[in-house]
Amino acid sequence: MIFFTDVYKRYSNRFEALSGLSFHINKGEMAFLTGHSGAGKSTLLKLIALIERSSHGQVLVNNQNLTRLPKRKIPYYRRQIGIVFQDHNLLHDRTVFDNVALPLIIAGENHREIGRRVRASLDKVGLLGKERSLPIALSGGEQQRVGIARAVVNRPPILLADEPTGNLDPELSRDIMSLFEQFNQVGTTVFIATHDLDLINTLPHRQITLDSGRLAEQR
Amino acid sequence: MNFPKLNLANYLLRHLQVMLFSLGQLWRQPLSSMMTIIVIGIALALPAGLYVLLDNVKQVSDQWDDATQISLFLQQDVSPERATKLTSQLKQWPQITNTHYQSSNQSLEEFRQLSGLGTLLDSLPSNPLPAIIIIQPNENDLRPDAIGSLLARVEALPEVEQAQLDMEWLLRLRSINKTVERGISILGLLLSLSVLLIIGNTIRLAILSRQSEIRVIKLVGATNAFVRRPFLYTGFWYGILGGLMAWLTLTLSLSLINSPVNELAKLYSSQFTLHWLSALLLVLLPATGLVLGVLGAWISVGRHLSSIEPS
Repeated sequence: MIFFTDVYKRYSNRFEALSGLSFHINKGEMAFLTGHSGAGKSTLLKLIALIERSSHGQVLVNNQNLTRLPKRKIPYYRRQIGIVFQDHNLLHDRTVFDNVALPLIIAGENHREIGRRVRASLDKVGLLGKERSLPIALSGGEQQRVGIARAVVNRPPILLADEPTGNLDPELSRDIMSLFEQFNQVGTTVFIATHDLDLINTLPHRQITLDSGRLAEQR
Repeated sequence: MNFPKLNLANYLLRHLQVMLFSLGQLWRQPLSSMMTIIVIGIALALPAGLYVLLDNVKQVSDQWDDATQISLFLQQDVSPERATKLTSQLKQWPQITNTHYQSSNQSLEEFRQLSGLGTLLDSLPSNPLPAIIIIQPNENDLRPDAIGSLLARVEALPEVEQAQLDMEWLLRLRSINKTVERGISILGLLLSLSVLLIIGNTIRLAILSRQSEIRVIKLVGATNAFVRRPFLYTGFWYGILGGLMAWLTLTLSLSLINSPVNELAKLYSSQFTLHWLSALLLVLLPATGLVLGVLGAWISVGRHLSSIEPS
């Protein structure tokens, strides 16, 4: 589902964020991306979300070669990936419902379908009663779950998450992780960047560890 | 992967929602929105108001169209028969629509009635007044050079002692009107440009204040068209509301001018009333605003939106 082949990412100041990285994640797999701050986790996720492009090497996601994807096709490519951010990236002047509905509105889904799917998605993350609230009125864990509901509402084949438990206490973090596992069980490929080793060591999924932009360890 | 269903009703509904959303955003910042709308309103009202005044001046000067005539004073020795013949000959000229002959006796009679100097005239040994042919130039030949050449031609006739153009000042007024009209067009163009810049700048600020939101929307797969749309509708609303504001300003100003103008017309015992062009401007001003608004937003969005990418 996600293939990296000898991928380099150099920034203009000669700093090499990724060097010669190769790995792949199978369809329907759930995997973690770990490593110290500055090891290149964020850069790697940015390459998958096409926020940035590799300087060298090939990135293949869902059978599309991102190295050659033209700019105008990027929006349509991104609709195949649900992204969960550490700081949620919610729109604070819209209700929870409107935030979650955003990907469907962008895709031009019809009104009734949007209502049905947003409610299904909020139900899944346990926030069905909060659809009329503004994000600011929710706790950190709840905001994160709104972000997850938004990421999965259009049923993308791939779910990416960047430190989704970064600001949460251990118990909430476990809840969030089990939520990701539930999506993985219905066939979604899940790839999560995290440094919460205590938590992920208790889970049976593969870990890909980066060190200074290189693949350090896989288990 | 889900392909969007391209359903027209769905698409229009989406546009309607974005349109109302943009209006709602203006509503949520009433003070700054109102200031922008007023500035646009004044910029549009100014050329429109000048145009209305010019149109009224034209209307007045058109009432005096009949007054543009040439009086030919005939030589004393031209016989009435010769003069009548000349009158009908002149009527055949393409530059002349109508002619009227007035013999010296008729002139005397007219003068007697108008001047009240009847007894004095009776004491004169002979009639001192010449016979006159009054000619009405063709409306299309009222340009100063055309009328000048007509004047020269009739003056050269052997029967004519002197040709006199009445109301030369009217032609001057016409030509002043034309100059002013052009000035107003230029002013209108410049002010339209400033409306374009005002809206462009307002949209630029709106884009900057929503930068983080734009990044998020792009990350969840929004196309540039999707991101652009609410800003274009913001321009649309600014334009239309600015146009309505212009109309309101103009109507208010004209109603203030109206009563002194009527007073003035009464003093001149004229039938003149101010033409407001109200209905025409009620369509034209918002329409102009709309076009300028969307155009200004388009230019601004094109310049600033592409630089905002997720990071």
